[in-house]
Amino acid sequence: MAHMAPTPVIEPGQDRTMILNMGPQHPSTHGVLRLLLEIDGENVVRLMPDLGYLHTGIEKTCEAKFYQQVVPLTDRIDYLCPMTNNLCYVLAVEKLLGLEIPPRAQWLRVMLNELTRINSHLVWLGTHAMDIGALTVFLYCFREREDVLRLFEMVSGQRMMTSYFRIGGLALETPLGFFDRVKAFADRFPARVDEYEDLLTNNPIWTMRTKGVARITAEDALALGASGPTLRGSGVDFDLRRDMPYTSYEKFQFKVPVATEGDVFARYIIRVQELRESIGIVKQALEGMPEGPIKSDAPKVVLPDREKMKTQMEAMIYHFKIITEGFTVPAGEVYQGVESPRGEMGYYVVSDGTAKPYRVHMRSACLANLQTLPKMCEGRLIADVVAAIGSIDIVLGEIDR
Amino acid sequence: MPRQPAITDLEQLKTHPALARILAWNPTAVEGAKFDRDELSIYIERFFIREVCALLRDEAGCPFNFLSDVTCVDWYPSEPRFEVIYHLLSIPNKERVRLKVRLNGSSPVVESVISVWPAANFFEREVFDLFGVRFTGHPYLRRIQMPEDWEGHPLRKDYPVEGYR
Repeated sequence: MAHMAPTPVIEPGQDRTMILNMGPQHPSTHGVLRLLLEIDGENVVRLMPDLGYLHTGIEKTCEAKFYQQVVPLTDRIDYLCPMTNNLCYVLAVEKLLGLEIPPRAQWLRVMLNELTRINSHLVWLGTHAMDIGALTVFLYCFREREDVLRLFEMVSGQRMMTSYFRIGGLALETPLGFFDRVKAFADRFPARVDEYEDLLTNNPIWTMRTKGVARITAEDALALGASGPTLRGSGVDFDLRRDMPYTSYEKFQFKVPVATEGDVFARYIIRVQELRESIGIVKQALEGMPEGPIKSDAPKVVLPDREKMKTQMEAMIYHFKIITEGFTVPAGEVYQGVESPRGEMGYYVVSDGTAKPYRVHMRSACLANLQTLPKMCEGRLIADVVAAIGSIDIVLGEIDR
Repeated sequence: MPRQPAITDLEQLKTHPALARILAWNPTAVEGAKFDRDELSIYIERFFIREVCALLRDEAGCPFNFLSDVTCVDWYPSEPRFEVIYHLLSIPNKERVRLKVRLNGSSPVVESVISVWPAANFFEREVFDLFGVRFTGHPYLRRIQMPEDWEGHPLRKDYPVEGYR
C-alpha cells in the first residue's frame, strides 16, 4: 500500500515496454486492487498485484474481543458472503468447545449458506458481465439479489451484515412466513437463471471475450493454491461441502460442477451451474427442515431465551456472566475450512483457555486465487486482464482483512 | 460431548501416513506431534521444513498436494516465541495435516517453501509483514498489507491493538 511513493516500483525490463498502473480506483478491480502492468503495446508482459488498501487489522481486533464478539467482525471480512464467514468462525469455536448443534440449526445454516452463495454469485455475475460490456445482466442479477437480501433482512434484521449465526446455534428462531417466502423465491429462481443464460451463454460477443481467455492449467492452479470455481474450472473435482462435509452437508444431494477448459468461460459456466445446485439444496432444506431447538443446550456458552432470563434466576446469572465476562474456551487450536462462494475459506482459531481468542487467522480464498492472476494474464491483452479479474471473483475486503 | 485428551505420544501416532513418512525419512526432523480434536499437528525442526514439505507433496500414497495456508502465532513472552504454521491438504485423500516450526524471538528465520508450493508466496509475505518472520529464499519478501514505510509488525503480541500513538 502506498501513501506517498507509488511503491512497489517496477522498472520496464525491455526497451519496448512501459509500466501501466491500473487501479486502485479502477471500476473493474472490484474494490481497491492495484495492478502494475508491464506492457508491450497492448500486450501484458508482466503483471504484479499490489494489495493492502483495505487492510483493517481484523485479525488483531479479534484478539481483543470475547469469542462471541468476533461474529460481527467476520461479516465485514467478505461483505458478499457474511453467513459463510459467520459459519466458518462459529464452527471453529464449536469444535474447540466440543459443542453439539441441534439438527434444525444445522439445516437452517445450510439453507442460509446456499442463499448466501446465490447472493454472492449474483453480484459476481452482474459485475463481471458489466466489466466485459454486457450491462443488462447487472440489472437482472440485482433484481434477484434484492430478493435474497430481503430474506436476510427478514431473518436477521440486516440486509448485508447479518451476524445471524451464534456459537452454539442461531440468534433467533425464523419469523413467521419466512419459509413460504424462501419457497416462493426457490420456485421462481431457476427460470431467472435461464434468463441470465439466455443473455450470455450463447451470446457470440460474450463467448469471444471469455472462451480461451485467461487459461490456467490444473497443475498451476493447484500449485498456486487456487480453490473453488477457479480450481474446478481447471478440472480438479474438489468441493469441501461434498468431500469434507460440515454442518450436515453430507445429508444433501447436489452435484459439483467441473469444467476442464480452465478459461474465463469455464469459471462462468461453473458458477451459473452452482446457482442451480444451490437452489436445489435450499429446496431440500425446506422440505426436510427438522423441528426442534435452534440453540444447543450449553447454558454457559449460549445466551438464554429472553423469556427465561426474566423469570429464572439461573438464566439471568448466565446471561450476565456471558455478556460481562464472556465464556472460556479450553486451550487448543482448530482449523476449519468451508466452501465459500470463492473457494476454501478457513478459520484457524487458537485458544489459550481464556475468554478471548489468542489468535484468529482467516485463510482467504481470494488471496490465494489472486496469485493465479499473473499466470492467467501474462502474454495476453490488457482487455483480458479485466475479464480475468472478474472471473476469479475477488473481494478485496477478504484479501486484505 | 466429552472431549478426548490430546495425544502427544509419537508411538501412538505413527499410524498416520504423513507422520510415518517423515519419521521413516529422517526421525530427527520431527520434534513432536499432537493429535487433538481430530487434527494432527507435527512439530518440525526448522532446518528441515522445506524438505519435509516436498516429501509430503510427493508422497505416493497420500500426496499433500495443496497448501491451504501459512500463518504464524506469537507466544510472547515465552521462548521459542513464534510458531509458523502450515496447513496442508491432500485433495485425493481428503485429509489435512498441520506442520509447525518453532522460531526464537531474537532472529525468526525459516526457509521459504515457495519452491515446493508457489502458493506460499503471498502467505509468507503476509507473515513477514505482520509478524516479522523472515523467509530465506523468498524472491520478493516485502510488505503486502501494511504500507512499505510502516514500522513494526502489528500482529506481534507486544504491539498494542490500538497501535502506537
